[in-house]
Amino acid sequence: MSNLLRHRLFWPALSLVALIALNTAVRPRFIQITVRDGELYGALIDILRQCAPLMLVSLGMTLVIATRGIDLSVGAVMAVSGAVALTIIDGSADPGSVGTVLVAIVCGVGVALVLGVWNGFLVAVLKIQPIIATLVLMLAGRGVALLITDGFITTVNSKPLEFVAGGHLLGLPFALFIWVAATVAIALAERRTALGMLTEAVGINPEASRLAGVRSRGIILGAYVASGTLAGVAGIIYSSNIRAADANAAGELIELYAILAVVLGGTSLMGGKFSIAGTVIGVLIIQTLQSTILFLGVSSAESPVFFAVVVVIVVLIQSPRVHQAARRLTRGRPSRPAPELRTEAEVAP
Amino acid sequence: MTESRTVVEMRGITIRFPGVLALDGVDFCLRAGEVHALMGENGAGKSTLIKALTGVYGIDRGTIAVGGEERVFGTAADAQGAGISTVYQEINLCPNLSVGENVMLGHEPRTLRGIDWRATRREATRHLASLGLHLDPQSLLASHSIAVQQLVAISRAMVLDARVLILDEPTSSLDREEVDRLFTVVRGLRQQGVAILFVSHFLDQVYEISDRITVLRNGKLVGEYLADRLPRSDLVSKMIGRELDELEAISASAERSIDRAATPVLSAAGVGKKGVLHPADLDVYRGEVVGIAGLLGSGRTELVRLLYGADRPDSGTIAVHGEPARLSTPRHAIDRGIAFSSENRRAEGLVPELTVAENIVLGIQARRGWLRKLRRAEQEAVVSEHIRALDVRPPDPNRVAGDLSGGNQQKVLLARWLATAPELLILDEPTRGIDVGAKADIQRKVAELAARGLSVVFISSELEEVLRLAQRVVVMRDRRQIGVLDSSSVDVDGVIEYMATEGEGSVA
Repeated sequence: MSNLLRHRLFWPALSLVALIALNTAVRPRFIQITVRDGELYGALIDILRQCAPLMLVSLGMTLVIATRGIDLSVGAVMAVSGAVALTIIDGSADPGSVGTVLVAIVCGVGVALVLGVWNGFLVAVLKIQPIIATLVLMLAGRGVALLITDGFITTVNSKPLEFVAGGHLLGLPFALFIWVAATVAIALAERRTALGMLTEAVGINPEASRLAGVRSRGIILGAYVASGTLAGVAGIIYSSNIRAADANAAGELIELYAILAVVLGGTSLMGGKFSIAGTVIGVLIIQTLQSTILFLGVSSAESPVFFAVVVVIVVLIQSPRVHQAARRLTRGRPSRPAPELRTEAEVAP
Repeated sequence: MTESRTVVEMRGITIRFPGVLALDGVDFCLRAGEVHALMGENGAGKSTLIKALTGVYGIDRGTIAVGGEERVFGTAADAQGAGISTVYQEINLCPNLSVGENVMLGHEPRTLRGIDWRATRREATRHLASLGLHLDPQSLLASHSIAVQQLVAISRAMVLDARVLILDEPTSSLDREEVDRLFTVVRGLRQQGVAILFVSHFLDQVYEISDRITVLRNGKLVGEYLADRLPRSDLVSKMIGRELDELEAISASAERSIDRAATPVLSAAGVGKKGVLHPADLDVYRGEVVGIAGLLGSGRTELVRLLYGADRPDSGTIAVHGEPARLSTPRHAIDRGIAFSSENRRAEGLVPELTVAENIVLGIQARRGWLRKLRRAEQEAVVSEHIRALDVRPPDPNRVAGDLSGGNQQKVLLARWLATAPELLILDEPTRGIDVGAKADIQRKVAELAARGLSVVFISSELEEVLRLAQRVVVMRDRRQIGVLDSSSVDVDGVIEYMATEGEGSVA
């Protein structure tokens, strides 16, 4: 039991379960999953579908934060990627063809990858502070997206594109497969190879890593490229969902939600040790919370405050200081008698 | 002072951490107007005892009385309130504030309109002057040397009206002159009746300044002694609990003969960098240990950093096995079989949040690249072999490296480099701030590896150590190489003499 309590994912997971339990208590319908035409529906399924863009962005953010960095440009990269892809589809003779959509997606994600390289170059090679380096693109990116769409919201009518966010595969939302695949790919890349350990080493002590011969430049660059690319995919999903490229609204504030998800998942903003599973839980907490707001019918004026209050509670639940205080309260007064008992017990034999 | 008054009395202090009894019923007293040295190997419980006294750790059993009154310190602030101040090895002041602000922080004279800065500066100047420090209180703390910063930390302690001053390894990064200055201040405070707890690994300094010595070993009290009644050899054997012939046995290693007709493993000619190091030459042959002797700031660290590619030289050539090599990054050096362990263990060596095993394989893994991960079985073999060979304690590969004692952290770093099977190992102060036992382990390992053909460049402030291990000693002063001595023909005094006077006057 105490091992379970000490596991770094225990409190994030508990927060998620508590949030789901709260919803279910208010309206039992929340955990119902129904089958229609062989496809699964329900509030939980919606959460798994809708979280895809935030999930992809947060996975990238986790890697960047592990290197002691931060990527503020992810929202803007989403906008650019969506704009590129939808402009291609919009301009093609046959917007409904799978080939066109695939080309458009590859181009959109490709441009996002290049933007990731740009961020990585500024941070890893030119040694510009990450917050400043990515701020450049955060501010400029949406302008680029507007240039691509000529200042309009490009809307398209394309079945293959709609499938990305709205389609089903094996009864489950297709978007779920995208983020699960991305999560598994990243987890394997980090833990089956030495990338995870080297990334943590660079994040914890860059100078020691350099002197140990770690090629930190490549590792840091790689993290920003991954972040950019994943944001690109997230941009495609977002555009698919609204069937339009909206340069202003795509991925708005998502960088901040992604940072929140990473932190909720137990990865420190100081860099170093990171947890992919933690980030997944962090994203699910945020998405569940947003569904809760809709589900409970919180008015749009009240919802930011509601969101903020719940986030504060979740953060407090995870705080080691709060745990200490709680322990002190439940045990009456202090730690003093307890260790003494323990000492006697162990010294006796 | 005839009869010293007891200021702090710790009785039966017991502290238990998960799995270890860190302190076991230890008694310890501090008296007014006395310097009391706390001695022991790493892991003996020195830092734990200090942390108990300063309120950082709660105690499981025992009592602490300050000025005859029993106290329970819940936080470091409680201890400070009781007049106990600490100056740590790593200075915990604010480098980006001025000297005056640091000295007076939280105790600035105030008027109705807020802090009276003029009075603050005046007060700071007065406090600094009382320790013989004449600094501009408006200068930035970071612009002063570590030694001066340490003295500023002491002035700050005096502002807090400390009755007890704890100096935890204050001299480990100071040179001789700076140590003298610090000791002058410490003697002054002793005159004023401050009780001083002094922790240092330098035995000379302990005997120079201390009135009383308490020895801990494995969390237990060995005894309290008057410094002038405790011969040095007795002190050491009490600390390590075994006789100190071990270090002597290593000494034979320096007398090996080295084949200098062969091509040197590393050959540097005229390597230098403007404002950092005047061009220097160095050849290291197979199986040879070359010592570098010089004071802090003499250019000894700068030289090896240039050889390793940690900094880029702007003149000179380097050849490895006779082939010209451009070592512009550490990676180039590593790829040619050169390893470098920095003097700055925490900032430039250890990755504290990773485990012992991860720290050990980091060097190998960096060399292999991220794609070719060391297989689990190979990793376990490498790690357990080196933990055993270097006697890392505790021998647990999954422990977080930052939790180990200094000496064991150093062994982990040595293991990291040995695991990469280098041909040339550069060790910059590998034994600084670690206990006698670990020191002997490391020296023995170096001697053993050199006998098997490894070339070593060995930097240490302790000349005995350099002479014990090295066949040749490069002497440096004022960022300049001033000569190379054959270690069989000089003794410590000879090296000091050479270091101090050779070439004097010729450098204008």
